This record gives sequence, structure tokens and C-alpha cells, in this order.
Amino acid sequence: MASIYLDHNATTPVRSEVFDVMEPFFKDRFGNASSIHRYGQDARAAVEEARARVAGLVNARPGEIYFTSGGTESDNLAIKGTAYARKAFGRHIITTNIEHSAVLNSCAFLEREGFEVTYLPVDEFGRVDPGQVEDALTDRTILVSIMHANNEIGTVQPVGEIGRIARLRGVCFHTDAVQSAGKLPVDVEAMGADLLSLSGHKIYGPKGVGAIYIRKGVEIEPTAHGGHHENDVRSGTENTVGIVGLGKAFELAAEERESEYRHLSGMRDALETRIRVEIEGVRVNGHPERRLPGTLNVSFPGAEGESLIMSLDIAGIAVSTGSACTSGAIEPSHVLLALGRDPRTALGSVRFSFGRDNSMEDVDCVMDRLPGIVAHLREVSAAQVPG
Amino acid sequence: MMPATTHATVRGEDATAFAFDPSVNRLPPAGAKVVVAMSGGVDSSVAAAMLKEAGCEVIGVTMHLWDYDRVGGNAQFEHGCCTVEDRNDARVVAGRLDIPYYVVDFREEFERGVISNFVSEYVQGRTPNPCVACNSRVKFGVLLDRARELGADYVATGHYARVALDDTASDAGQADRLVLKRGIDGNKDQSYALWEMTQEELARTAFPVGMLTKAQTREIAERLAPRVAAKKDSYEICFIQDRGHERFLREWTANNPVNTGEGLLAIEDPIRPGPIVDTNGQILGEHRGHPLYTIGQRKGLGLAAGRPVYVVDILPETNTIVVGDDEDLLSDRLIADGVNWHSADAPAGEVRGQAKIRYRQEATPAVITPCEHGVARVEFEYPQRAVTPGQSVVFYDGETVLGGGIIRE
Repeated sequence: MASIYLDHNATTPVRSEVFDVMEPFFKDRFGNASSIHRYGQDARAAVEEARARVAGLVNARPGEIYFTSGGTESDNLAIKGTAYARKAFGRHIITTNIEHSAVLNSCAFLEREGFEVTYLPVDEFGRVDPGQVEDALTDRTILVSIMHANNEIGTVQPVGEIGRIARLRGVCFHTDAVQSAGKLPVDVEAMGADLLSLSGHKIYGPKGVGAIYIRKGVEIEPTAHGGHHENDVRSGTENTVGIVGLGKAFELAAEERESEYRHLSGMRDALETRIRVEIEGVRVNGHPERRLPGTLNVSFPGAEGESLIMSLDIAGIAVSTGSACTSGAIEPSHVLLALGRDPRTALGSVRFSFGRDNSMEDVDCVMDRLPGIVAHLREVSAAQVPG
Repeated sequence: MMPATTHATVRGEDATAFAFDPSVNRLPPAGAKVVVAMSGGVDSSVAAAMLKEAGCEVIGVTMHLWDYDRVGGNAQFEHGCCTVEDRNDARVVAGRLDIPYYVVDFREEFERGVISNFVSEYVQGRTPNPCVACNSRVKFGVLLDRARELGADYVATGHYARVALDDTASDAGQADRLVLKRGIDGNKDQSYALWEMTQEELARTAFPVGMLTKAQTREIAERLAPRVAAKKDSYEICFIQDRGHERFLREWTANNPVNTGEGLLAIEDPIRPGPIVDTNGQILGEHRGHPLYTIGQRKGLGLAAGRPVYVVDILPETNTIVVGDDEDLLSDRLIADGVNWHSADAPAGEVRGQAKIRYRQEATPAVITPCEHGVARVEFEYPQRAVTPGQSVVFYDGETVLGGGIIRE
């Protein structure tokens, strides 16, 4: 049976154009970007070219982009780095309860270190009310961290408004743009962002590389200390191969963003419509309009969650749900729980995330298999005696 | 487009094919969808490999049953639950076999059906066997349900036991009747812990390694995943990894309500000191709490009686331990309840066979008489030592399991 990959919010394959520009840097152009000699100069030039490309995509200056190992490191750097650099001004942080775990767990770590964190709730569509951000600000607030677009339900936050509110109060604003960069316009000026996290592998770049935008003048304490790389913000020999790939991936994403938006949202809308029409009692999670173009999150009440994901995988449809705990068992998504779904419904929810290689045929393929699987699971679980 | 994987085979070039004879060990037909409970150990890894080799559509599943957070005793400071290493081994084996692999979360069911029952039995003065409860309530309970959801007709495990066509079935209507049999390897036989299985469950179950010796199993595992083949067998109760039986019972009863036979209750101090008496009621000393003792126990009584004495009775109502001589432990009969007969119907009259009263003990000749309400009387040909309430008694006719029950008295 043909298998269909619909989990692009988890990761994407490296595009061949990206792979091609990376390849020489594995062997022939292997220099250390910090070396003085020709080898180093060659690598350095490639790194700086990539930096300029990434800066261009988010409307920043190259000197404001720092390369990291990925979204998680960028989030950690933004949150802990700001907290430690600004703790003399206060120890209060504002975020939401639907952030990525890199943000939530950095905040939880800081709470153990004596910081105070306000976790703002979201409405039933997963949107934060900017008014609540304003109300939560205190004289001790040093950072507001609210994601641009949610990885599980795709809901896009009113970051521009939130950024303005934070700026008026002189509070640093961080946004995690890992899911939105390359899919939606990401402009640090329009957003009023002081810090912004980016990742390579969500947009057909390699894994293990990301970047953080740090507005000029914003001070952060590094989390890794070493040989003064990346202007002392992030020490460690530059991952030239990855950085070159990241630069190319961002360049391509910027060029194709508008056409890709239409492509992704077309497939998503078709699948959403067919699921609503052909399967009874479903519920779509996330904001109906303000949503990532390729993301569709649907609850199938009455169908056992673990079995649903397993059955879809066995049927050749790669999607995702909740998050895997350390054992690999599925736990209900904290995002869906924050929307007010009960744990059972949250477990019986599926995220379809489309990518550039998908087509309308894939939508048809999913609809050839999904309704039967849901019907079977509902039938079987209705027949089981609970307990 | 799926990732390319190498396909491992279970047989070496020179090995002969397994005998897939349904009267020896019935395996699912080629093409059948089978969920294999994979622990990451030798036996279940080989079970998965054999079924894959037999042409079944195999789905590997590891059951997440408990967390250290809940059961304590994390002496190795391992992360999370069960053990991460075992699961990673299972993933490696699944990868080599090129089969899908998932972890299912049965923590709730395991706690309700196995752990709570384990504690409750001890508090009521009995000595439970949690593996029996796990097999019937989890493996052939919720896991079978899960298999049905996945459209799988069978569940397979790495037990040393067999499911076979009943060659004694006489009626035409009984032609597909199944029996549970001992594993071929007498030293490894695990049929004892499976006596609660019903005909319906047997029909959907496969025990591929039941037709192998442990040595053969290891040999196959060696070709499949040497790391797994080298693993030691586990004999401990899985959720008490530190063997801290007393620690576990004390912590659990301090933090959770316990079923005392009259519903779930938070009981104060279920494990508290009480008297040790002899068979005449004479007080000889003090015990540390009756749930910490079992029938036949000699060590750890802290008595200077001048002769070996053994626990011969546990009286939970008065928190009393009764000790006596070796002869006081002997009994020539027992009463079991919750009795299950694999052939669906209880036999009409008494049955001559063998009875096995604990996992590590041979079956011994006995006459089993079914009574009403799932009760049976078992009379041994030779008196048996330390018949322990809460343990299972399993009835055999040679290789075949006839049924079993829980020892009451």
C-alpha cells in the first residue's frame, strides 16, 4: 500500500536543492569558519552568506542572527538567556499554556530557580487575548514569550499586537516562529519581536541546525560558554554544512511562500471538508481562519486514540497526535487540553500536516482509508465492556 | 516512500524449518495479522521473528505498565517507566524484522487489575501471583481488545506454553476445540500462569516459542540481535524491581486505598506488628506485619524456638501469624475457587490428573472434584507442603492444562 507522509510539522525531508549546496561542505570545503587560513575563509564566507539570507527572510540585519542547533536551543537561549541577563530588573515571565515544550520546560526550570511565570490561557480556538497579556504585565516582568503559530493546531497568535504591548512597557518579547517561518510572513519589525526562534528541518533544511534572532541592543546571557563563536552568544564551531543548508532552505521558502501557501491550504481545506462531510461527529481543533496553511487537527470522539494512530500508520498514513512520553506511549496533548478538550477526546485527535510533495491524490487516499478505520474503532470500542 | 530496512531472518543457512504442526502448537496461518507483545527480551523477540518468518503480518507492541513514580524502588535511577533500555531493544528487533512497532499505555489497567489486586490479597492474608492476574486482565484482556481494534485476529507472547487442537475432542462440533499445553521445555514451562484463559482467548492466542527449548530460543535470538540473546531471564515481580517487597507494600498501602474485601478503603497501618503464636495459641514473639509473611516461610521470624518453625497460617482479622513444625505444613487437600476449565464446561464428575500449587513446583497426582459456583476440591495422592491461599492451583493431564483456580484453603 502506498504510504503517505502527512507529518510535515514534525519534520520534512531535505530538498535536493538544499542537499546539493550542503554536499561540498562535508568533504572538500571542510574548513573551520573561525580559522584564519583559506579553508577557514571559505567556510566563513558561506556561513555569512547564509546569515544574510536568514536575516532577509525575517527582515532583520545579519548581525542579529545567531546560528544554533535548532528550535529547542533557540528557545532555551531566548528564555534562560533573557532571564539571567535581566534578573536584576525583575523575575517575572509571561507565556501561554500552549507553547512548545522547549518554552514550557525552560520556564519550569526558571520557576525552580526562583522566577515567577504566568501561563496565560487560550480561547477555544487556541488564541491568546492580547488584553490578558497587558493585564498580566507587572513592574517585575522581564520577558513575554508567545509562539507565532502553534505546532499542533496551527493557530496563529496576534503577535504584532502583543509585541506592541510589550514594547510600550519596555518588556522583551520572544516569539517561537519555528512552525511559521517559511509558511507565513515573518517580520521582526511588524511583530515587534526582540527575540525569535527558527529551525531548519521544518522547511526542508537539515536537522540539527536553527537560528535565533536577537535584536541589536538586547542582552542575553549565553547558555554555552566556549570559544567566542557567534559573537559569544553561542559558542561552538559553526556547523557549516547545516548552516549552508539552512540558508538555502530559507531562501527557497521565501521565494515560494505565496504559491506554497495556496498549495498547502488547498489540500488542507479539501481534507477538512471531506472529513466533515464523510465522518460523523468530528471536531476540528484550531482557529478556522488564523491557522497555518497545511495544518489540520481533528478529534474523532469514540475512537480509541492509540489504536487510531496505530491503525493509520499500519494503513500507510503517517500523521501525529499528542506527544510521546519517555516510554513512547502517547499522552494527551497539552495544547488540546488547554482548548478544553477532555483527555479521551484529546487522545483521539489527529494532526495532519501537509507539505510541498503532497497532492490532492493524497487527500483522496486518506479518505479512502480514514472513514473505515474510524468506523471500525468506534464500533469495536462501543462493543467493549468498560473496565 | 518508506525507509529502506534490512530484513533479518530467524534461521541460519543450515537450520531446518520449524514444525508448524497445529496438534503440537497451533500458530496463526500465513497472512494473519498478529499483535506480538514485545518486552525487549529474548522470548518475545523470537516469537515476533518466528511469526514474521511464518508469513504473518506482525505488529510489535510494548505495553507500558507502570512507572517508578508510582511504584517506587528506583534503585537504578532509571528514567520514567519499565525500562527504557528494554524498549529500545524491542525497537531494534522490530526494526530488523521490518515490522511496525508501538508502545501502548496500559498503566491504568495494570494498576487496577494487577497491582491493586496484589496488595489487596496480601492485606487479606493471602499470597498472590501477579503474573496470573496480568495475563488474564492485561495481556489477554486489554491487549486482545487493542488487537481487535487494529484488525488483528491474534495476540502472541513469548510464553513457554502451547495452544493446540484438542485431539481428544470426539464430537464433530468440537473439531476446532483448543487446549492449553505445557511448553516443550519442561524447565521453562509457563502454562501455570495462563490457567485463566478461556476457549475464546485461546482461539486468538499464539505462543510460538512454546515449541522450542530455551537454548533454541537463544540461538535464534543470537542471529536476530546478540544483545537481546545475552539477556538474563527475569524472575522478579516486574513492578518491584528492587525486590523491596516490604518497601513496596508499606509505601503503597500508605498512599493508596486498599480493597480489604469490603470495598476500597484507606486503611491505617495495615502492616503493623502483631503476635506470632504456635498452633496451641501460645505467644512466641512479634511479627512486623502479617502481609510480609507467607505460608511455609522459615527465615525472618526472629524466633529462638530451639527447633525449625514455619509459618503455617496467617490470620489477618487478628493480625496473627501461626507457626508450627514442618508436619503442620502438610495437607492432603485444598479448596480452590474462581475455577476455570479450558474445555468450557466443567467436567461432570471427579477428574484424575495432576495438580501444581506453585510456579516452581512439579505437578503432583491428584483427584479434582468440581463443585458448584466455580469451586473445586483437590485431593492429593501424597500430602503437599505449604499449600498457600492466593496462589493458583493448576490442573494437568500430562502435557495438557485442564484448568485451574485460586487456592482458598
